[in-house]
Amino acid sequence: MDTTHSSPPGADGAEPVLQRHFEATIARDQRIEPRDWMPEGYRRTLVRQIAQHAHSEIIGMQPEGEWITRAPSLRRKAILFAKVQDEAGHGLYLYSAAETLGADRADLTERLIEGRQKYSSIFNYPTLSFADVGVIGWFVDGAAICNQVPLCRSSYGPYARAMVRICKEESFHQRQGYELLMTMMRGTKEQREMVQDAVDRWWWPSLMMFGPPDDASPNSAQSMAWKIKRHSNDELRQRFVDMTVPQAEKLGVTLPDPELRWNEERGHHDFGTPDWDELMRVIKGDGPCNAQRTERRRTAHEEGAWVREAATAHAAKQAARAQKGAVA
Amino acid sequence: MSDDHVYMTLAEGHEDDTRWAYGTGFEDPLQGVDTDVPDGVDAQELAALCVTLADDALVSAQRLAEWTTRAPELEEEVALANIGLDLLGQARLLYSRAGQVDGTGRGEDAYAYFRDAGEFRNVRLAELPNGDFAFSIVRLLVFSSWRLAHFERLAAHRDPVLAAIAAKGVKELAYHRQYAAEWAVRLGDGTEESHRRTRRALEQVAPYLGELFTAYDVRDEVVAVLSQVTEAAGLPMPVYRPLPGSGRAGEHTEHLAPLLAELQGVARAHPEATW
Repeated sequence: MDTTHSSPPGADGAEPVLQRHFEATIARDQRIEPRDWMPEGYRRTLVRQIAQHAHSEIIGMQPEGEWITRAPSLRRKAILFAKVQDEAGHGLYLYSAAETLGADRADLTERLIEGRQKYSSIFNYPTLSFADVGVIGWFVDGAAICNQVPLCRSSYGPYARAMVRICKEESFHQRQGYELLMTMMRGTKEQREMVQDAVDRWWWPSLMMFGPPDDASPNSAQSMAWKIKRHSNDELRQRFVDMTVPQAEKLGVTLPDPELRWNEERGHHDFGTPDWDELMRVIKGDGPCNAQRTERRRTAHEEGAWVREAATAHAAKQAARAQKGAVA
Repeated sequence: MSDDHVYMTLAEGHEDDTRWAYGTGFEDPLQGVDTDVPDGVDAQELAALCVTLADDALVSAQRLAEWTTRAPELEEEVALANIGLDLLGQARLLYSRAGQVDGTGRGEDAYAYFRDAGEFRNVRLAELPNGDFAFSIVRLLVFSSWRLAHFERLAAHRDPVLAAIAAKGVKELAYHRQYAAEWAVRLGDGTEESHRRTRRALEQVAPYLGELFTAYDVRDEVVAVLSQVTEAAGLPMPVYRPLPGSGRAGEHTEHLAPLLAELQGVARAHPEATW
């Protein structure tokens, strides 16, 4: 990938030593920091993962962001506005973490817009009612937390540290979403129906957020060995289901899976198989909102070009004026 | 090392948890402040003033929210949302105060969601569509300069609640004005295109300036800020061409009703609901 540094020049001869040092650091559960030597594959994998994560935060602003102007109370408006703003902040930290690996934010944005880098498939589904805001908080942020908490111990320092802050904020968002749903379930019959409808639509896509099943996840083994990733997709999915079932009972909604039941022997819930063909279609770009989401990001980026150019031009003029002043 | 404790914490109930996200953390905004109307203050006038200032803030926050996912850079995404959240917070406090003193006991949502355009008292400047980034910045510069000057005076209001709200708002508005002024200078000085767009934005806001200067005479202060910023940006000062009518009298542009339709639609579709 042209956005990443290759190994430092002249390091070739020393590479076996550096490689051993890197592996020993990983084995001791210590962090790799930006200035440490790292194998090119490790760097590339991290840039890809962190960029996808950053893109997901930024694209993920859209489905809920649509409801800020329509939120039905000022309190909910403020909560949602703040949440979507947090997502922009998460995107910023994550792009910064990617930049410590030699990537460039503008270049990553181009890759997103051109469809060369992915973001979480979940954001390609539409938000059809205000209940979706609550269900996204509960399911999508809940699933994101299951995925991300182990990343707080990721072997790459800047990513791990970004994840600590992000996870704290995500768990806030999850509770806010759940609290909105609790309030709606205590409200009118129509509100309860809105909640159940949103649960029905978001449940399976949320299970897909953990990625394909372990036997079909080609990159997982290397990422686990490098301790970029700590748990398998299926383990995390199970964790999410086990965490969510009692919350659904308490809320009074039905999760749309007839196979869902407690398995005493395993100590976990059994559940049905998500439609993996659907996941593959959405990942390939044929989900309900893929084109719309990317197009919005492209429009904002292109329409903002003159603003970014103006800021650059002003900074250059300021610097030139300062230099002239210093000479004179 | 295990993550189990983290998941356990997430799975637990949190009904008592009131630690909401930034800018949303108040249940009783006027807690600890004496909420009686002081002698010599006309309750209806006070309520009308609070509603006017709240309407300005709510309509502005709604326009700022429209920038979400459309800003030219992520830093601007965060900053515009910050400003929108501040103004939304001000609106909520001011509506609450109005509801306490106007005898109706209405809550903030009654004012925001269940009044029609003709009952809103915001300046027309606030309701104009966002236009490009230059227009939004110039509008914010004018609005925050005016509101800051106004709030600095209101911080000494005889109503202690309004005074407290204004004092809190002053800190926020000083940041809004600084943000807008910095961008106005960047855009005015930056490229030919950004200069042209910003100059045009100044011409577009000019007709809406007069409406701001009614209550307290803060015109000189606002004009001084604008001339300082336009000079630094290499831009001409906007020329006054006052428009007939006034948002303060409920006379609005054609843009307010659609803005409110979007803001109020869900709430009005479910009037019995609680959110």
